[in-house]
Amino acid sequence: MTEPTIFEMSSPGRRAVKMPAVDVPEVPLPKGFERQNLAFPEISELGVVRHFTRLSQLNYSIDTGFYPLGSCTMKYNPKINEATARIPGFGHTHPLQPEDTVQGNLYLMYHLQKMLAEIGGFAGATLQPAAGAQGELVGALMIKKYHQDRGDFQRLRMLIPDSAHGTNPATSAMVGFEIVPLPTDPRGNVDLEALKSLVDDRLAGLMLTNPNTLGLFDENVEEVIKIVHQAGGLVYGDGANMNAILGVAQPGKIGFDVLHYNIHKTFSTPHGGGGPGSGPVVVAERLLDYLPDPVVDIIEEGDEENPPLYGFVTPAKTIGRIKSFHGHFGLLVRAYTYISMLGAEGLRDIAEKAVLNANYLQEKLKGTYTLPYDRSCMHEFVLEGFWEDVPEIHALDIAKRLIDYGMHPPTNYFPLIVKEALMIEPTETESIETLDRFAEVMLKIAEEARTQPELLKNAPHHAPIKRADELKAAKDLVLCCYPMGLEQD
Amino acid sequence: MFTPHTQKDVEVMLKSIGIEKIEDLFTEIPEKFRYPKLNLAPRLTEIEAAMELESIASANGSTKDLLSFLGAGAYDHYIPAIIDNILQRGEWYTSYTPYQPEISQGTLQAIFEFQSLICQLTGMDVCNASHYDGATAAAEAMILADSHFRGKRNKFLVSRAVNPQYRAVMRTYFQTHDDVHILGDEPETGIETDLQKLIDQIDNDTALVLVQYPDFFGRIVDYKPLIDAAHAHGTLVAVATNPTALGILTPPGELGADIVIGEGQPLGIPLSFGGPYLGYFAVTNDLLRKIAGRLVGETQDVDGNLAYVLTLTAREQHIRRGKATSNICSNQGLMTLAATIYMTVLGKEGFKEVSNLCYQKAHFAAEQVGQVEGFTLAFPETPFFHEFVVKSEKPVADVLEWLRDHDILGGYDLGQDYPELKDHLMIAVTEKISREDIEYLAAVLKEEYHD
Amino acid sequence: MKYPQDLKYQKTDEWVKIVDGVAIIGITDYAQDALSDVVYVEFEIDPDDEVSFGDSIGTIESVKAAAEVHFPVSGTVLEVNEDIVDAPETLNKSPYEDGWLVKVQVTDESELDDLMDAEAYEAYCKDR
Repeated sequence: MTEPTIFEMSSPGRRAVKMPAVDVPEVPLPKGFERQNLAFPEISELGVVRHFTRLSQLNYSIDTGFYPLGSCTMKYNPKINEATARIPGFGHTHPLQPEDTVQGNLYLMYHLQKMLAEIGGFAGATLQPAAGAQGELVGALMIKKYHQDRGDFQRLRMLIPDSAHGTNPATSAMVGFEIVPLPTDPRGNVDLEALKSLVDDRLAGLMLTNPNTLGLFDENVEEVIKIVHQAGGLVYGDGANMNAILGVAQPGKIGFDVLHYNIHKTFSTPHGGGGPGSGPVVVAERLLDYLPDPVVDIIEEGDEENPPLYGFVTPAKTIGRIKSFHGHFGLLVRAYTYISMLGAEGLRDIAEKAVLNANYLQEKLKGTYTLPYDRSCMHEFVLEGFWEDVPEIHALDIAKRLIDYGMHPPTNYFPLIVKEALMIEPTETESIETLDRFAEVMLKIAEEARTQPELLKNAPHHAPIKRADELKAAKDLVLCCYPMGLEQD
Repeated sequence: MFTPHTQKDVEVMLKSIGIEKIEDLFTEIPEKFRYPKLNLAPRLTEIEAAMELESIASANGSTKDLLSFLGAGAYDHYIPAIIDNILQRGEWYTSYTPYQPEISQGTLQAIFEFQSLICQLTGMDVCNASHYDGATAAAEAMILADSHFRGKRNKFLVSRAVNPQYRAVMRTYFQTHDDVHILGDEPETGIETDLQKLIDQIDNDTALVLVQYPDFFGRIVDYKPLIDAAHAHGTLVAVATNPTALGILTPPGELGADIVIGEGQPLGIPLSFGGPYLGYFAVTNDLLRKIAGRLVGETQDVDGNLAYVLTLTAREQHIRRGKATSNICSNQGLMTLAATIYMTVLGKEGFKEVSNLCYQKAHFAAEQVGQVEGFTLAFPETPFFHEFVVKSEKPVADVLEWLRDHDILGGYDLGQDYPELKDHLMIAVTEKISREDIEYLAAVLKEEYHD
Repeated sequence: MKYPQDLKYQKTDEWVKIVDGVAIIGITDYAQDALSDVVYVEFEIDPDDEVSFGDSIGTIESVKAAAEVHFPVSGTVLEVNEDIVDAPETLNKSPYEDGWLVKVQVTDESELDDLMDAEAYEAYCKDR
């Protein structure tokens, strides 16, 4: 099953894409800077096509099967998004073109800002952050600057629930906040008593994922936000799980001050084998002036004959530019397309079906697998991937065995507060037949765990490779193919 | 729209859960916040959405219709047809992070090949699976240096000839670090004397020096003296590079750079109004453990077959949480695939050809524009790659507007970022620009001067 | 699992042994077992650094985990075991002997009174 690397495939003298001859008088290359050697591969075009096609076939993907990877919202990525993002008017615009030549792009960004603010119940938005983690950075920087502008330099403590994604504490550390872990109560909510004991005038804020990573909507969310606000803190919403509440609830209306979306989760832009993501941030009124530089606004109002003139503006107290240019524009076109096709009614339908699918699966599995927080869930739920009677079986074994049945494993070993966690997020685009099949396989695996445990321990049996030796990878580091056998000129 | 549930499915599912209606699943949300009325336009069907987006895009003038000499960090290169064709395979773009190596060998091997190609191109030992873009890669280079010296060195020097957006992003990332000082790019530094002044400022408190090669103005500067001076103080040197230029130029690794970063957009990624692109990030073996982001390594499966996995993951935020050096989680997956295919399909010769074409055409353009009355080359003595600066006797805004009337995007007005370069225009030339295009640009400029 | 009698322990799984006023510090057998194969050790301190109880010694990484190690005493760093940087597996093989991490000239030996003895630490580990 091994596919050679492009370096191993190389044959000196073989060519694929060629460039035309130089059509201007040639000048010498800059003296003293001439490159001596560029050992890039030499492969025919068909060779390159087959290589990357064969590699693609070693991947599991949404287009090939069920992908219940919790916290990642692996929903169907509509093909129309790919078509609209490639319209030449979008794809071939340079980011530094004069604003009057990119009114279409600016119109789209302005309206997407509005849509995202409206969906979340906020006052404004930035589309610049390149991913959810960068959205968090934007939020944390805004919170810090907000307190500093009010003279509250001592507000440096950021509360982070123990169920949070690793990016929350990592982001807080980057901006110099002191991270204060917040425990989860037995029902999976923020522990209110602990929260009350941790807030004082050193509080900068709380980073809250709601629904949280257990797939649960915090039953006391209003109270939680009230406690933080009364202590002078701000509430950051990690919007990783927004798919569960689209059109059903607006975090901004509940009291969140700032929230990031992961549009590669919630708004169907492709995950691309690990990225690019896109993490627009929406804010309440009091943080509007702190948004990254620039945002899109109307520069000149339109009239009956002329459309408004859109342009970039700098928010008054901006935290500054967070990346080059204007965000992951190609993904913004996809998200705009998707939201346009859903409207308010379609968004609500997504949340409802995502939550319905998750509860349906939870119900089918909870007798066989331990459900540590036995409540109605939102768009995902977390099971324990182990049993007392077969202690040698771990969540990892269950995950790997699922591969043999042609399904992608759930997220495992996260959140950290659940032992041997299996985090399952079916998404709204999966049919009852797929869910039934998955449930059936999960029950079968539970049975195999008792009858033929080695089937799990040695899984997968039917994948391009067997389990990989991660220790060897970390000890005998090989991070590059050696371009051996290539002509070195 | 994209949900497959029939009425019957919903009934079966509700019954199985033991509730009457879907709304019962949301009772934990306080009632007063439940089911708000959203002010959004009515939903569109696919055909309506396609037409709406076409209509929005038609309000743009794209580089398909306009002759573009705009660069300044994003370049209009030819993208071989094979790239998008492969990128559109669902197995590539609808998969996620290769957490399960057994069913992600395609993505893992492609990243491994990307790492290898970038190491080869830059002359470095180790490259990660990418950052968001060139600017954030520059900020991550600062984070790396800060962590390398455990916060004990507080001075970060950056050349004024580094892309202004990179410098802005670095300052955004470090604005809350009161002890970190980003220096070296003050307006009074001057564009010509930049290098020596940087060297003079390096001391034992300097963590990092960042320069660009070719620099923001397209100039090719010998950084060897600077790198040697920095190393004499134990200071790290990061070099931001344009990957296309490295087809013909000595790689920064050979000059002694510790970190090489850059904007990977020229490697087969569409302009797309600024993103998504990719930031590449390569280091020497000494800094391997400090590199942020994902890394793919080679190993074996239990049967001894070659396999690839994400490795050294204990550096990352999902394990180290508050102790991770960076919060980066994703990489630019699909964009790194585009870049990998681009470098492979052009290959050893094709990549050099693109690089040389850009260089030659830019020099022809500089010669042609330099001959037009009212325009002089700003740095006539300094070698340059595919971008150059001309001083205009007339205000650049007027020149650009005149060119626009002839469907030409004339370049980048440097006065926006550099007060000392008021009335300076920066012109970029790629392999897509023909000799006739260049002659047309010169002719229109000539006409303008006499207008 | 070994819990040598002549050592003192703290809850974050470091051991300390005093020899002529010098504290030798490492991680426990329990800690190395929980981490599994150690692949990387990074020190955050250098010889001559003044350190306080609770300061970070550095980080130990295995394939799937990372653990920060903390000083169980205050004092001046005398020596850092650079050998384990090159051979991190030593921490798994010999946590109490060759796998020591740092030696510290202790300022206040009474700090050790707050640490656990072998029985207490063993009971603490079994309870987890």
